[in-house]
Amino acid sequence: MLLFAARRLLQAIPILLGVSLVVFGLVHIVPGNPIDLLMPPDASPDMIAQMKAAFGFDQPLWIQYVRWLQRAIVGDFGISIFNSEPVRGQLFTSLGNTFLLALPAATIGFTLGIILGLFAALNHGRWPDKVLSAIATTGVSLPPYWCAIVLVMVFSVLHSWLPAQGMGDDSLPLWDRLSYLVLPCITLSFIPMGVIGRLTRAQIADINGQEFVEALRAKGLPRRHVIRHLCKNAAPPVLAVMGLQFGYLLGGSILVETVFNWPGAGNLLNLAIFRRDIPVLQATILVLSAFFVVLNLSVDIAQAAIDPRLRR
Amino acid sequence: MSGLTKLADGASLPLGSAAPAAAPIAATPGYWGNVGRRLRRDPVTIVVSLILLGIVVLAVGAPLFTDYNPITGSVLQRLKPIGTPGHWLGTDETGRDIWTRLCYGGRLSLLAGVLPVLISLVVGSLLGIVAGFAGGLVGTLIMRFMDVLYAFPSILLAIAICGLLGNGLSNAVLALSVVFIPPMCRVAETVTTQTRNLDFVEAARASGTTSWQIIRHHLLANVMGTILVYATSLISLAIILSAGLSFLGLGVNPPSAEWGLMLNSLRQSIYVQPYVAALPGVMIFVTSMCFNLISDGFRAALDVRLNK
Repeated sequence: MLLFAARRLLQAIPILLGVSLVVFGLVHIVPGNPIDLLMPPDASPDMIAQMKAAFGFDQPLWIQYVRWLQRAIVGDFGISIFNSEPVRGQLFTSLGNTFLLALPAATIGFTLGIILGLFAALNHGRWPDKVLSAIATTGVSLPPYWCAIVLVMVFSVLHSWLPAQGMGDDSLPLWDRLSYLVLPCITLSFIPMGVIGRLTRAQIADINGQEFVEALRAKGLPRRHVIRHLCKNAAPPVLAVMGLQFGYLLGGSILVETVFNWPGAGNLLNLAIFRRDIPVLQATILVLSAFFVVLNLSVDIAQAAIDPRLRR
Repeated sequence: MSGLTKLADGASLPLGSAAPAAAPIAATPGYWGNVGRRLRRDPVTIVVSLILLGIVVLAVGAPLFTDYNPITGSVLQRLKPIGTPGHWLGTDETGRDIWTRLCYGGRLSLLAGVLPVLISLVVGSLLGIVAGFAGGLVGTLIMRFMDVLYAFPSILLAIAICGLLGNGLSNAVLALSVVFIPPMCRVAETVTTQTRNLDFVEAARASGTTSWQIIRHHLLANVMGTILVYATSLISLAIILSAGLSFLGLGVNPPSAEWGLMLNSLRQSIYVQPYVAALPGVMIFVTSMCFNLISDGFRAALDVRLNK
């Protein structure tokens, strides 16, 4: 098991390097130096050269890459071109805010999805299955940004029950601050609920039809013990998709954070795109993707811990 | 897979009952015939396909269903509610008829959703089949590169590409294609590797069939079903994501009619006309739901084990 974990860790390194190359390369595919785009048109060539040197944009590409990577590894992402503040501080604050949304959203979505999928599969083909499957498919088909708008419409515009945007003041009591979390969290939980619900249903239904389950029933095992066997066998693929879904929640937060004006990583990314703030842009994408890789790695190891057959 | 189905169907053909013993073979519908028959018997798939067909007809034949121009509006008619005479679904913030823009908007929204899936279907399955069939160094190189692209959360990669290349329909399509190629490639590679090791491919190779012929006659027929089902399941996501890119201001440029873009511009009017502001999203949702359910029906119809 330890050996497996170590091998998977080693395999993640080239992937992470590849990711950093893609992030760096993406920025440089675009014609034009970031500084040229930012400087006023009447800036003197001297000034432009100075700015380029200050941000290191005058070096050959591969030196820029190596330097950027060296610093990124120790958590130094340079300074923002837009407001000359260190990228690291802004990035970590907004990442924290995004996690504040993503963690409860994932918890709600996964829990509901598993319950829904399990219940549907155990009633395979009967009406609870049909209703629950319809709910799950709806969850998957909902565009999150629209869902956000509809929730704001119902709970903030038509009835002023919940705040429409922002994350509240530090001075507000805890309960009031939590109320800012409700709508974005519900919005974000729909897709994971749908995806996990559909997958759990398919997995459990598939395993339920296998012979060993028949054998368990035939030898008179109580229903809840049979269900435990079902769950344990369905867990690895469901876990894998949970990992992916949590990563998508973080990466896709931009679509929902924009509607709720939530100061998270998605919002930071959005601003960086429109300001063409390259250091912030690179750092946000790199950190989110690196987190995604590490997340999938942990899921792989967790899967192997549950199912010894995967430790190859 | 299809070879097996044909055998199974042939074997289960009711020789004694309906078909006279004279021509039992001619009556065998074949694999795709069976799939079609199962699809036609699935009421959900039929209803959903009809709804989708309706949306496509509205989009393609938009000028037939409305007299207004989707781009120019009348400032005097700004933000009318649903049910206004002459504008039964209301108007937007510059006085353009919502019904008109929803019809026309389907053109770009459907295009931006379907096109990336088609592109990634061709490129991704080609790469995957090559990687799976050739194996070795070529296979490893292709798959490791896909692993790197796969390591990005999909929406994030699309947003990064779009944000850097600049907005516009073609960049949005390009970004989503890049996002969908790795998963498509993985699915294609997996099924190809599975099929390549089956006995009948071995037999074909032993009898001197060339690689190209094996790919054309044996692999593609067996691999395409799985890949196609996967591709249809991606369309729903592609519709949501492409509209999402436009919603963020990274996709189609204004003043074009596109559902995501409409949703974005109407968002500002949510306090004035909440119901009107939600309408473009209904279209995205319904279209995405239709593609999801069609994909489910397609998957069930292709599933050999459920053969009815």
